[in-house]
Amino acid sequence: MATTTKKKMVQWDPADVKAELLSKYPPKVARKRAKQIMINEALENETPQISANVRTTPGIITMRGCTYAGCKGVIMGPTRDIVNLVHGPIGCSFYAWLTRRNQTDAGDDGANFMNYCFSTDMQDSDIIFGGEKKLKQAIQEAYDLFHPKSIAVFATCPVGLIGDDIHTVSKQMKEKFGDCNVYAFSCEGYKGVSQSAGHHIANNQVFRHIVGENDEVKPGKYKINLLGEYNIGGDGFEIDRIFKKCGITNIATFSGNSTYDQFASAHTADLNAVMCHRSINYVADMLETKYGIPWIKVNFIGADSTAKSLRKIAQYFDDQELTAKVEEVIAEEMPEVEASRADVMPRTEGKTAMMFVGGSRAHHYQDLFNEMGMKTISAGYEFAHRDDYEGRQVLPTLKVDADSRNIEEIEVEADETRYSPRKTPEELQALEDAGLKFKHYDGLAPDMQNGTLIIDDLNQYEAEKLVELMKPDIFCAGIKEKFSIQKLGVPMKQLHSYDSGGPYAGFKGAINFYNEIDRLVNSRVWSYMKAPWQENPQLSATYGWE
Amino acid sequence: MLLRHTPKEITERSALTINPAKTCQPIGAMYASLGIHGCLPHSHGSQGCCAYHRSTLTRHYKEPISAATSSFTEGASVFGGSANMMQAITNIFTVYDPEIIAVHTTCLSETIGDDLKQIKKKAQKEGKIPEGKDMISASTPSYVGSHVTGFSNMVTSMAGLAESTGKKNGKVNIIPGWVEPCDMEEIKRVSKLIGVKSIVFPDTSGVLNGPLSGEYKMFPEGGTTVAELKSSGDSTGTLALGEWCSADAARFLDKTHKVPCKVLDMPFGLKATDRFIDALRTIAGVTVPDELANERGQLVDLISDMHQYLYHKKVALVGDPDQLISMTEFLVSIDMCPVHIVTGTMGKKFEKRIREITKDMPFEVNVKAKGDMFLLHQWIKNEPVDLIIGNTYCKYIARDEDIPYVRWGFPILDRQGHQYFPTVCYKGGLRLLEKILGVIMDRQDRDATEQKFELVL
Repeated sequence: MATTTKKKMVQWDPADVKAELLSKYPPKVARKRAKQIMINEALENETPQISANVRTTPGIITMRGCTYAGCKGVIMGPTRDIVNLVHGPIGCSFYAWLTRRNQTDAGDDGANFMNYCFSTDMQDSDIIFGGEKKLKQAIQEAYDLFHPKSIAVFATCPVGLIGDDIHTVSKQMKEKFGDCNVYAFSCEGYKGVSQSAGHHIANNQVFRHIVGENDEVKPGKYKINLLGEYNIGGDGFEIDRIFKKCGITNIATFSGNSTYDQFASAHTADLNAVMCHRSINYVADMLETKYGIPWIKVNFIGADSTAKSLRKIAQYFDDQELTAKVEEVIAEEMPEVEASRADVMPRTEGKTAMMFVGGSRAHHYQDLFNEMGMKTISAGYEFAHRDDYEGRQVLPTLKVDADSRNIEEIEVEADETRYSPRKTPEELQALEDAGLKFKHYDGLAPDMQNGTLIIDDLNQYEAEKLVELMKPDIFCAGIKEKFSIQKLGVPMKQLHSYDSGGPYAGFKGAINFYNEIDRLVNSRVWSYMKAPWQENPQLSATYGWE
Repeated sequence: MLLRHTPKEITERSALTINPAKTCQPIGAMYASLGIHGCLPHSHGSQGCCAYHRSTLTRHYKEPISAATSSFTEGASVFGGSANMMQAITNIFTVYDPEIIAVHTTCLSETIGDDLKQIKKKAQKEGKIPEGKDMISASTPSYVGSHVTGFSNMVTSMAGLAESTGKKNGKVNIIPGWVEPCDMEEIKRVSKLIGVKSIVFPDTSGVLNGPLSGEYKMFPEGGTTVAELKSSGDSTGTLALGEWCSADAARFLDKTHKVPCKVLDMPFGLKATDRFIDALRTIAGVTVPDELANERGQLVDLISDMHQYLYHKKVALVGDPDQLISMTEFLVSIDMCPVHIVTGTMGKKFEKRIREITKDMPFEVNVKAKGDMFLLHQWIKNEPVDLIIGNTYCKYIARDEDIPYVRWGFPILDRQGHQYFPTVCYKGGLRLLEKILGVIMDRQDRDATEQKFELVL
């Protein structure tokens, strides 16, 4: 199978593109994929429906990973002072070792296990006779060597199959140590249909075992938690810089550059600001139910979005001092951003982008591209659910299928002593009336133009076809997709790991991103695809000697 | 300090692996499969395995790595993955149209006991494998051996395609082992130079170091063809480079098709290359061309020219058994002293070979076949070295301990060149020396006082 980008559909029709994407599939696959490829059209009073969070068809080269990756890799990986011990054969821990670019500042206490990889390295005898004894011993050895505050145990595929009771082992060791919280995650790779199940499992256990462990009141005003920000390429550092400048106190980030104590104290914050809705909305909901902390959706990707999100936080606290400070910071930061934008705009305006990432970045990054005058002509998520596309209003109508039913839903009630609504219902209503929406996310579809293509769980074949047919100026996805796209002569930007770049969040991040995209879409290298003799294969009669 | 929690004091660990010097079987199988022309590797397990292997190989090669997965869910894990595999076969041949699918298992499908040979039979019976296309499989449970074992198992499955027609083809099979695409290219160049007609498998050259031309070929030009693999049963002999990576396949061909074999060390460094060239010459019954003798002479020349910078320098090594054996021999042969050596791949022979090679060294050697990089770091803390050679994860140790460091092995995630510039054979030896001398001399320049700073080294 070889494709080139030569034949560009000059005036592509989204329906034609969709038909072309489906044409090669066996009928059953085509029917399934048809529901996951949505032409974004404004219909009467409703957005069109997309099929999401459904199984990937075997044999189709998917971008998706597994539940373990979502749990250990995404949510728990960035916490620096927890020893993350993977119970399984060596590979699972090896592949998740430092590969996600979560940056960390080891802080004053100096605990930082991020650069380490811990595994029980299960052997065939453990599979046959059970691995609980080895797990127990490994936890003991980790404790003896490092005396960490906490040890987290992660299950890999065989653990669930052979029935190792990792939760009981963890509980026993926690009781034995007395000064080290040990708990486990049943995040076997085969659970669910993607990383998304792993996020949910991680949310549950963090809430069950860590949140609420430390009631000590932290100093500072305007206390928030930043949920769903993983400090890839230092995004969290930039957001924290801005918070600090505004006087906003970030109690806990879930989970970029986080610590055990941040999670343990999260219930002492007064607002939850949710970045990545997909990976962390469960914790946001549970913090509200149990402790009375409301949540709002924010987005710090894009300078205008950052300003908007800061204003939302200020609006919530409804405090003149904070509002003034936020406006002052925005006024201070924006001129540099605007100068940078004005610099790149002549070279980026009118160009097109495609992005297929995660559960929120394919949405958030459109703001940055918009700021540079670039249009997103196709986008989609790797592991999102329908609410991330269509908005949370579809939640009550979502069907729970067999794969989702296997993922635990924990029941949370208001805490007997610590539940304290941060705002009265009247205050919340007044804020809602003023435009600040709680527990609200509109999803990606309303922000995309009519006639754009929204595609869930895009695969390698469709990615190539899209690029071949619609020839975007830039394509964004992950490392696995990077080089097949670039072979087609189209620049590819990784929006998982940022290609060693970043930060792209906040004001400084926006400048970094403008410059990076300017570099990519205007690089000279894309003009070198053909050698002179390939461009002009005809031999002329004589060579023009001097 | 990046690895600030690593204590100098070494304590016994029986259950906890920290900073592993190995990974699991399937990634090795996937790498080997990419060395077959027109092959789509397929991971029979949950999606994550395939995603992780593709990501790691992509980060190492900066090339597209296509591979499919059976995408197990909980249902498949309970009822078996046969239905998923059957569906995958249909979809792969319809959508991607490879010449051949190379399936490897995972800990998941192995634990539930899926039988790929049975599945293939069923697929053939139901006509799911198109005429002229094929499917091979290797059992690669992640809880046995390491990535090296998985590589070897898939190479052995490739040898399973061999047929004997009764008529010899006059070629020599060369099984290069887990080396870089450019190393395979170099092995082919050297064989050709000597005049040996060879079938090299697997062969990732042209697959994982491809050009950028505005065209994407899911199945690039390179790779050993299925026809060549079939013909390997008619070859006059097999040279297997590396006991861990290549011997099983060679012995399989010997046993099944009476193709005699010889297992050699991987041709890294002077002596191992000498033995490889000598074997090729003997098999072909030819004189080694001057061109090659000249390349050897250049390597010896560089060793002699720069001997003072190498002599008795202590080295720490981490990598895979076959590569480490040859590298240790090379370092000893140039009077360097490899004092700490770990691999994650088990095998008693490894420690024995290393002890033999280093027995006349003026220092005691620390060697462990079931070691990890945490232990290596502790050894270094107890007995410092002048140089570290290993994969990219070594950079954390090198920076913490401020030790010159050469990237060599798998994976290399933060530097380029390993895809393009071989380290096998004499030319590769020159490159290895260039790299070693480069970091040692950079260090000398960095640390020299102004008075002692030298123009000429």
